[in-house]
Amino acid sequence: MINYLVRYYDRLLTALLEHLEIVLLAMVFSVILAAGLTLLCQFSRRFARLLVHGLSVLYSVPSLALLALLIPLTGLGKTTAVIVLVLYNQYLLLRNILAGLDQVDPGVVEAATGMGMTRWQLLRQIKLPLARKAVIAGLRIALVSTVSIATIAAAINAGGLGTVLFDGLRTMNTAKILWGSLLSAALALGADRLLALAERKTE
Amino acid sequence: MTAIEFQNVSKRFPGAGRNALEDLSFAVSEGEFVTVLGPSGCGKTTLLKLINRLYEPDSGRVLLFGEDIRTADLVQVRRRTGYVIQQIGLFPHWTIGENVATVPKLLKWDKARIEARTDELLRLVGLEPEEYKKRYPSQLSGGQQQRVGLARALAVDPKIMLMDEPFGALDSITRGKLQRELLTLHRETGKTFLFVTHDIDEAFLLGSRVLILDGGKIVQFDTPEAIIRCPAQGFVRSLVDAAKERGRFWEAYL
Repeated sequence: MINYLVRYYDRLLTALLEHLEIVLLAMVFSVILAAGLTLLCQFSRRFARLLVHGLSVLYSVPSLALLALLIPLTGLGKTTAVIVLVLYNQYLLLRNILAGLDQVDPGVVEAATGMGMTRWQLLRQIKLPLARKAVIAGLRIALVSTVSIATIAAAINAGGLGTVLFDGLRTMNTAKILWGSLLSAALALGADRLLALAERKTE
Repeated sequence: MTAIEFQNVSKRFPGAGRNALEDLSFAVSEGEFVTVLGPSGCGKTTLLKLINRLYEPDSGRVLLFGEDIRTADLVQVRRRTGYVIQQIGLFPHWTIGENVATVPKLLKWDKARIEARTDELLRLVGLEPEEYKKRYPSQLSGGQQQRVGLARALAVDPKIMLMDEPFGALDSITRGKLQRELLTLHRETGKTFLFVTHDIDEAFLLGSRVLILDGGKIVQFDTPEAIIRCPAQGFVRSLVDAAKERGRFWEAYL
């Protein structure tokens, strides 16, 4: 195993960086899309319920199947992988954010509305800060899930640590399988710790 | 001048068997302290929420100083009326000072003006600014929190104060103290108060007139003296009798 690392460290490093790139891209687009959807959900409770339900159905589709479904539309490679990851994240993010917003004390919301806060002021100044914990929890789950699902993306030539892992599986190379899994696990844990630290910093 | 006027206002909630409020008409003059009294579910909170448009009527009109509130700007209507509720609803992530300054901040007052107004308001409700301004709501007792709630509602000097059982969750000693202070505040500011309660003692102590609601209809709207002297019907009589009964209970121990 160490031999493999010494001989192919550049290959592992490239895979790791590719993986990181996919994860970062997916997270950035996920957060932007989730923010937009959260805003839309403020206008109608019915829409919010339907949306989360729809996203949960989507989330239940196996990742390999979803990747395969998108290939005719967006082809092989990174774009398709990022789209799939963003779609999966919407369920994790939206469910947590909306649950957090709903848990804000109704008395607080009524007082704020009664004082003439607009929907936007209520969301930004009152509801979001009070739902901060749920929002960050959603981000952490989404991040860990993105790191792990991104390995599957290697199946459609998107690169990343999955390439090492799948190569290892095909050729029964234990070192490759282990390095692929270990690095993606380490990446997931490290990213999660980072967000946990950020959470404590902002308290 | 008429501060609040209801003209044939009805309100029914979706799925409800009957109207929450049934063809309500009454007027409150500027500077009056009107208490709205009735059992749970009589529509008294609904009545209050129709005034700051947290609810909209199904029919009829609500006028504030002669202006139909449906044609007025929603946010303006709410900022021109102070609103105090039983759950208090202080913002837990803001300090007392920031809570009191909520509406001035929304109106983008300059910092010095907000600062001065916050101190003035906290003193008005009996809280020393230096001691309380930097604290958070969770560090205050229920009574102190409601004082802050009152200060916050008074921030931009609204002409009308709407209060929904503001002292309902407080112990009786704190409640008595705040009731007396509220009367003083009313005398000094000359604002119009509409105060919802299910407690007949509170309603008769505070109100210059008492509006008694039952089943979404006005049963009687008169001064406390007039109501006690000639209760309009069985429901009011039973309310008054219950209060007298309590009085006799205490007298037995004196």
